[in-house]
Amino acid sequence: MPEQPEVSIRNLSKSFDGIEVLRDVDLEVKSGEVVSILGSSGSGKSTLLRCINWLETPDRGEIRINGERIGLQDKTQKPMSRRELAKVRTQLGMVFQSFNLWPHLNVLRNVTEALIYVQGLKKSDAVERAMAFLHKVGMAEKAASYPATLSGGQKQRVAIARALAMQPKVMLFDEPTSALDPELVGEVLSVMKDLSSEGYTMIIVTHEMDFARNVSDQVVFLEKGIIIEKSAPEIFFHSPRSERVRRFLELDKVV
Amino acid sequence: MSNWEILWASRDVFWQGFGNTLTIFSISAVLSFLLGSLLLFSMEGVRPRLKIPLRIFIDAMRMLPFLILAYLFYYGLPSVGIRMTAWQAGVLALVLYHGAYFAEILRGSRITLSSGQEEAAIAQGFSRPTMFLRIILPQLVLRTRGVMGNQLIILLKDTAFLVIITVRELTAAANSLSSTYFIPMEAFIVVIGFYWMISLALEQGIRFLGRIGEKRGFNNA
Ligand SMILES: Nc1ncnc2c1ncn2[C@@H]1O[C@H](COP(=O)(O)OP(=O)(O)OP(=O)(O)O)[C@@H](O)[C@H]1O
Ligand SMILES: [Mg+2]
Repeated sequence: MPEQPEVSIRNLSKSFDGIEVLRDVDLEVKSGEVVSILGSSGSGKSTLLRCINWLETPDRGEIRINGERIGLQDKTQKPMSRRELAKVRTQLGMVFQSFNLWPHLNVLRNVTEALIYVQGLKKSDAVERAMAFLHKVGMAEKAASYPATLSGGQKQRVAIARALAMQPKVMLFDEPTSALDPELVGEVLSVMKDLSSEGYTMIIVTHEMDFARNVSDQVVFLEKGIIIEKSAPEIFFHSPRSERVRRFLELDKVV
Repeated sequence: MSNWEILWASRDVFWQGFGNTLTIFSISAVLSFLLGSLLLFSMEGVRPRLKIPLRIFIDAMRMLPFLILAYLFYYGLPSVGIRMTAWQAGVLALVLYHGAYFAEILRGSRITLSSGQEEAAIAQGFSRPTMFLRIILPQLVLRTRGVMGNQLIILLKDTAFLVIITVRELTAAANSLSSTYFIPMEAFIVVIGFYWMISLALEQGIRFLGRIGEKRGFNNA
């Protein structure tokens, strides 16, 4: 039997106000794989990522996480209840471009909050787990600080720890370094690189070409909601099949 | 005996009034804050049909002098068979009236809260009530602490209206002493002092919230 993909997306379509933003997207991500999603602004990258954990509701298509359907009930095709949805979502960790930390909670509590109030961990267990993940992203010393006092890179590392602490199967990153000053990008990418070598399954929307080239197993190029190239990084960056990707890469070199 | 000595001799009347005012105020403050939060939570809820009646309720309360509501509950409702004690009518009026204001204060701040924070909570599997209680409401309180403090002081002042529905609170105490001994000036000066004391204590509480907020970067309140 072939290994079941960790994430499988089939025929995914989504429109906003009658305009199709994703059209018949198919994607399979195996366990431990890192998939980079590239494409110009407005091509539907974020929408694709947000459909995966049902922050956006797709119009058509199906998404499975470890074989388990998200969003719709497998048998009836009816929408899942909030509770069922929340349960499937625990397999997915999400990191946003704008960090989205909770400003009234300190770093430690940003990480423990869902452990305690969603997963129902005892406080001491939650703290222990949170500290382990804060340590992993190099933010353990800042456990008592509030988000407002952190740099962008530090905020994003906390956000990564917060997502990891839920122990999801798959991590989703939506342009995690795009809001950062250039000198802070490296610290976040290096955390992500560590995760990939530890075998985390990751889907990453990014504009960091070097990172996509060096870290990913698959590179996906979206154009107007359609996947027009899906290949290994060696092929994608050296001999892409599509003319559009070639131009995109040329443009990136110039900039 | 000087006028002040007369008042000192009847200090028990003041203490009783002060105790009653403080009790009514505390109960109403807590309940109206809870009502305001509940209204906000229900209005952004999953049932859009709830939204319109709640909106109407809030606006109706805000467009009404508090005194009328207190009159209505105590003197009006018995004629349709609903009888409440002065306390019950008074507290209920305070809670409904100020609950509507609290809802409006919280809602004003709610619409400027970044949606990203909620998405992060949803992505982490928070249920709607838990997210509201742990992520949204605490921030709204920190952000609106100034306006909230004002509203509490208005609530405190509105408790004085309950004298007209026979609640024996501070103003009623001053009223009765001033008419028993004909010393309105001194009697009312004393209650002013009491109201100021409670207000100053409230301000301290708000200042404390302010320090919590500032540490977290909530400086816009
Ligand atoms: N909630 C929404 N309502 C209406 N239109 C939307 C919504 N979200 C996205 N869109 C539109 O869908 C298209 C794709 O958006 P999306 O955010 O997925 O692009 P993107 O590839 O992530 O772009 P960027 O690189 O700028 O982040 C855009 O035209 C956008 O305006
Ligand atoms: Mg995007």
